[in-house]
Amino acid sequence: MEDRGQTAKFHIPNSTFHTRTVFAIGKKLLRDLWGMRGQALAIAVVIVSGVAMFIAALGTMDALTRSQRSFYENARFGEAFASLKRAPTDVERRLQALEGVATVQTRVIADARLDLAAFDEPITGQLLSLPERGQPALNRLVVREGRLPRRGTETVASEAFAEAHDLHPGDKVTAIINGRHRSLTIVGVVLSPEYVYQIQPGGFFPTPERFGVLWVPRATLGAAYGMEGAFNSASFTFTAGANPQNVLDRVDEVLAPYGGRDAYLREDQVSHRYLTEELKQLEQLATTMPVTFLAVAAFLLNVVIGRLIRTQREVIATLKAFGYSDWAVGRHYVGMVLVIVAIGAVGGTALGTWLGRLLSQMYLQFYKFPELHYSLGIETVVVSVGVTALAVLGGTLYAVWQAVSLRPAQAMQPEPPATYRETIVERLGLKALFDQPTRMILRHLERRPLKALLSMLGIAASIAILMTSTFFADAVDYMIDVQFNRAQRQDLTVTFTGPTSDEALYELKSLRGVTTAEPFRSVPARFRHEHRQYRTGIEGLSPHPVLRRPLTDDLEPVPLSAEGVVLSDYIADVLAVERGDTLTVEVLEGTRPTRKIRVAGRTKQFIGVGTYMQIDALNRLVREGGALSGAYLALDPRYEEETISALTRRPGVASVQLQQRAVQSLLDTMGETVLTFTFVMALFAGAIAFGVIYNAARIALSERARELASLRILGFSQGEIGYVLLGELALLTLLAIPVGFAMGYGLCYGTAVGAQTELFRIPLVLERRTYALSALVVLIAGLASGVVVWRRLGNLNLVDVLKTRE
Amino acid sequence: MRNIFQDVLGGDTAPVDALDIDLRSVEMGDVVFETQGVTKVYEMGETQVHALRGIDLELHAGEMVVMLGPSGSGKSTLLNIIGGLDTATEGTVHYRGWDLTRADEAQLTLYRRFHVGFIFQFYNLIPSLTAEENVAIVTEIARDPMEPRAALDLVGLADRADHFPAELSGGQQQRVAIARAVAKRPSVLLCDEPTGALDSDTGVIVLDVLQTINDELGTTTAIITHNQVVSKMAQRVIHLSDGRVSEIEEIAEQVSARELAW
Ligand SMILES: Nc1ncnc2c1ncn2[C@@H]1O[C@H](COP(=O)(O)OP(=O)(O)OP(=O)(O)O)[C@@H](O)[C@H]1O
Ligand SMILES: [Mg+2]
Repeated sequence: MEDRGQTAKFHIPNSTFHTRTVFAIGKKLLRDLWGMRGQALAIAVVIVSGVAMFIAALGTMDALTRSQRSFYENARFGEAFASLKRAPTDVERRLQALEGVATVQTRVIADARLDLAAFDEPITGQLLSLPERGQPALNRLVVREGRLPRRGTETVASEAFAEAHDLHPGDKVTAIINGRHRSLTIVGVVLSPEYVYQIQPGGFFPTPERFGVLWVPRATLGAAYGMEGAFNSASFTFTAGANPQNVLDRVDEVLAPYGGRDAYLREDQVSHRYLTEELKQLEQLATTMPVTFLAVAAFLLNVVIGRLIRTQREVIATLKAFGYSDWAVGRHYVGMVLVIVAIGAVGGTALGTWLGRLLSQMYLQFYKFPELHYSLGIETVVVSVGVTALAVLGGTLYAVWQAVSLRPAQAMQPEPPATYRETIVERLGLKALFDQPTRMILRHLERRPLKALLSMLGIAASIAILMTSTFFADAVDYMIDVQFNRAQRQDLTVTFTGPTSDEALYELKSLRGVTTAEPFRSVPARFRHEHRQYRTGIEGLSPHPVLRRPLTDDLEPVPLSAEGVVLSDYIADVLAVERGDTLTVEVLEGTRPTRKIRVAGRTKQFIGVGTYMQIDALNRLVREGGALSGAYLALDPRYEEETISALTRRPGVASVQLQQRAVQSLLDTMGETVLTFTFVMALFAGAIAFGVIYNAARIALSERARELASLRILGFSQGEIGYVLLGELALLTLLAIPVGFAMGYGLCYGTAVGAQTELFRIPLVLERRTYALSALVVLIAGLASGVVVWRRLGNLNLVDVLKTRE
Repeated sequence: MRNIFQDVLGGDTAPVDALDIDLRSVEMGDVVFETQGVTKVYEMGETQVHALRGIDLELHAGEMVVMLGPSGSGKSTLLNIIGGLDTATEGTVHYRGWDLTRADEAQLTLYRRFHVGFIFQFYNLIPSLTAEENVAIVTEIARDPMEPRAALDLVGLADRADHFPAELSGGQQQRVAIARAVAKRPSVLLCDEPTGALDSDTGVIVLDVLQTINDELGTTTAIITHNQVVSKMAQRVIHLSDGRVSEIEEIAEQVSARELAW
């Protein structure tokens, strides 16, 4: 007893810390992580989904743009183009001499019909001339198979066309140019920057089976097309610093005497324009959706991690009682969640990179680039991982802060409910309606309204992103239905080689198997309104069309007045005109008159754009009487084959397009691009939903394990405590469904508005199956989580509970 | 050599003297704690709960005191305030001349880390750590601590060092908790119903450990209990009722813990 005075020796100020090999708190971190591996994994899955989606989408976008750029550069894709009737070859030198022109390439382009022995249907062809030797100066070809033609009977085919018909060097194709048949031998398969997106003139989608592009030596094509020593097409590049519009004006001046028709920039080149539109739309998808995903994932992580940390409240208090500082406790938990974030980030980056490569490769089936330039963007990784890490850390630190800001004495107590009282339901006297366990559920929810709300919103958010990812299928179905069952009801479209007299229509009508024939006239034109302008075609239709009908917003046919033009909504918006406004129209054909014209109405058009007039009014506008460019036909299905082959062989017919086939190819294209993309998103959305719901259930279990075990000790059955715990989850899930539907509708609206392009206006239609599917995925996730929790309830260790307090 | 983890985990590793605590050696019987007019009021919405209504008390170096009192009389509240786990509503608490009631959170953290050992009724072991690791978690941040094994040896549990709390009996868990509390060689040991969850035999073992530590290390020890018998081993018994000290009893002849039974 005498030596008790030495207490102070335990406080030697300059004593040193021990170095140890065992760090208990580090072990706690690892064991805790291992102990909640199920939940940690579920959280990691949410991170993986968010990060992978983001990286895959942006990576695909980036790969496509870079592949495009590199192809354009290597192949020297023209920066401007001009078409004309016929100019002697030496005009090329005058073009070359123009200020601002760097390189000129002249060539002959001929429309043709193609015939393949193994394919019965009509094929539209475009033949382009190649220099006698080597590659053209601009718009060079990338030879994928075989070689370039050397002899007059040799040709190379575009890869899209060759793939569609399995054509290889040695195969034969017949080209019908100006009614004369020419047999050509394919010696190579090529890619051209002018046909990355190979669209038939007048079409909206690539139809590689029915539209082929061939390149033949210039002499051959010149002879066949009456273009010896002449050209009818030119392509340019500009010198640095040249003003493109000025150069185009000078080109037009030079070519005007030769029927030069309004030289245009690369941005109006068909393939490039559609490619740009498609990429723009893809970019919309590839940014808005993953950003939404990431935001949702971040929100969910924040909520889930916060709850997870809150279950550690007492441990935090105990650590603090020992003298661990707030910082030390905070860092401990930050370390713990960073391990989860790291797993998610590595997994997400790997999966995202792999998927991005896969998606880009898939797109290469539609966009004919010679090679894919795929690389992992560091910024995308940093952004996506950073966002998730911030969300997770935010949730962690907030929860830790809440725990440490309490006095340890208080934190060691279980968290007190905000208020002790009967629930609204009970106070309303509805108590009798509910049994004891149900009242426990209601009370628990009501005591923590914020927590209940957040859990519910988390589930709702999963429903919303599921809806957004499946909504595209509905939209595409709807677009196709409107376009092909209401607006374009013809079975086929016949295009004549040039403006033809009315006679031709009567001849078509009299063909056996043709039930209806409607004329159309199409004329290229440029519309101007104030400072805005838009280059498109005017379509002249019969006054009361039955087959080809522009539609109102209510999808009723728009009446075509005797004067005035009807614009599709996209063009009307670009030009900022309303019904009744006056436009300037510049016809880009024939005598090229410029007129004022009244806007007679606007049409709803989801796919493509268009302007419509009565055919007679259009002919008056271009000062030609009774001319038509082609006809829309309805066929008697019994004679379909016969009629088609008769039409195909008819002189003066440039092309025969089958409507049904167009729908099919549209479906194919859309199906495989946008839908694959959204399918991947749906998978991730499903994974996120599972991760969140599973975690919600597991956390609920750990928060209430003691309470539930005590209930068991008091004689409740597993079924009853299961009901108390899972009933709450079920109630939250059911509440989340309508809220999720509303959030999903909002998200789809945003996406539809954001993804408007010249090519598509995505209609905001959500089919019942979209609602049903998202609700189903969430319900299944809830059920699966419920099963896991149920099995854990069976193993609830009552003895453990007795050993510790409460 | 400094423990590298200290930098990572320790956060505020300011020297102990940053607390302004008079570290000159205290003689047996010197005042270690002095409370003056300590009150604690819990605000419960409309109503107020007066847990402590003005406590004036001194605790002396090396002494063993027992606090007795009916449930709700404020024992835990007082102990928590003395231990820096909670703050008083009014009044002051001095620890070796240092005013605890005016300390900020960082200072309280250091105070708990270096000066106080806690033992709770429900042990509060960390379930994911073994017995030894539960001790190590404290020794790693302490200065001049015992080896965790040595501390476990002190409570007779060296052979259970690798067991997880779930694999130990209640009494064994409490002894681990004691080992954890004393391993840092605190100058005070605050025990809130250390035997509350234990049977008589096990309780005696635990009390014996506490007495040994008090004897051998000279640690000032305060024990809250409901058990009259326990007060026989104390030098002083402080009776609380309704938030006040109702009586302080000096015990002339202390009984060895091993002779207690209830
Ligand atoms: N967080 C709190 N909020 C409100 N009142 C509290 C809180 N903690 C304790 N009290 C009240 O303070 C009073 C003293 O509580 P304390 O825990 O100090 O009692 P005790 O003497 O330790 O009792 P026991 O022997 O039952 O452990 C009690 O009336 C209690 O209800
Ligand atoms: Mg108490």
